[in-house]
Amino acid sequence: MSTVTPPLPYRVAETRTETADTRSLELVPAGRELPPFAPGQYAMIYAFGVGEVPISVSALHGPYGGLVHTVRAVGAVSTALHDLRPGDTVGLRGPFGTGWDLDAAVGQDVLVIAGGIGLAPLRPVVHAVLDRPDAYGRLGILVGTRTPGDLIYQEDVERWRGRAEVGVTVDRPGPGWQGPVGVVTTLLDAFALRSDRTHALVCGPEVMMRHTARALMGRGLAAQRVQVSLERNMRCATGHCGHCQLGPLLVCRDGPVVGYDRVERLLAVREL
Amino acid sequence: MTELPPPLDLLPLVQRERLLAVGLDVSFPAGTRLFDEGGEADRFWLLRSGEVALDICVPGRQPEALIETLGAGQLLGWSWICPPYRWHLGARTVTPVEATEFPATDVLALCAADPELGYALMRRFIEVVAGRLQATRIRLLDLYAPHGSGPP
Repeated sequence: MSTVTPPLPYRVAETRTETADTRSLELVPAGRELPPFAPGQYAMIYAFGVGEVPISVSALHGPYGGLVHTVRAVGAVSTALHDLRPGDTVGLRGPFGTGWDLDAAVGQDVLVIAGGIGLAPLRPVVHAVLDRPDAYGRLGILVGTRTPGDLIYQEDVERWRGRAEVGVTVDRPGPGWQGPVGVVTTLLDAFALRSDRTHALVCGPEVMMRHTARALMGRGLAAQRVQVSLERNMRCATGHCGHCQLGPLLVCRDGPVVGYDRVERLLAVREL
Repeated sequence: MTELPPPLDLLPLVQRERLLAVGLDVSFPAGTRLFDEGGEADRFWLLRSGEVALDICVPGRQPEALIETLGAGQLLGWSWICPPYRWHLGARTVTPVEATEFPATDVLALCAADPELGYALMRRFIEVVAGRLQATRIRLLDLYAPHGSGPP
């Protein structure tokens, strides 16, 4: 079981507005540095005087060499983090949790499927695969968002189009939108899925992940080849408090990234 | 040519050939109105390339409200299967489209003459309709709204 450590001070080096309610923060150590993060892992970020929330790392190295986290303002703590300015200080603990198992995907196709802000924990995966193109097969990036204006990392997504099979679909098209409209799984029809040599990494609202995993399995992909990033009420991040328990799993420690074969049945239990 | 995109690729070869024999290869430029809501649903298409938008008229709203888009490998049109045989939505090509067009009367005649083909084809269409129903239910949840995945 991990040891609880006090947060280390990190300074906000840069903020970047992604959408109307979402902003990315690049954090650099103001003293001692945390150990390196892996794609899919998360930090507990403490907004002084407000509270602490788990946020997955959305880039391992920002322009200032710091950790990037993308925050959507939906509650008191996330709103306080969203409103930070360069020079402000937060407390950081981590890295916590399991990362995406990219070793399992070496030599295989990688299919990244994101819903809404679920693209944030998957962006380091895209970076890692694009950094080592010879190590993997095809890279597919399928993203579903509410509206065109809710797509995060728009410049990144445009850049990725030249190097990966990218699809973006929206639930509610606005004026001028020329792309697909519908749930993210409709994009699977355009991706020639090779079920015997593809690993799918999925992140988004839990219903979206269940729906997506079923669609993938309907196309012949084994549940062991599907990884999902779970979201639960994570408080201590060290497996002590039990707030994030999902059956036999403590999501803060045994997750957030887990194989769908491990959680498919657990996610169908209403009480969990 | 006997290859068909899913879901029709699951039909046995001989039935695929019979079905394709009544199909016509067609192409449409971007912006073509394929059908309007309420019109006679007398055909369907298997999209080979390009994108089609399904829409519905809303008074005072121009252009039509866009419901969903369909692309390569997808079936366009199932209103020909059941009464009142009228399109439930309208359809317009977003990009140039290439497709195979199947006249409903010919396909229904094939199904009547070969119930095995009819059964297999209806099962494929039920998969399509069920998939779209489930996708619509998911979208109704508005999962990407600020608290769409549950209370904070």
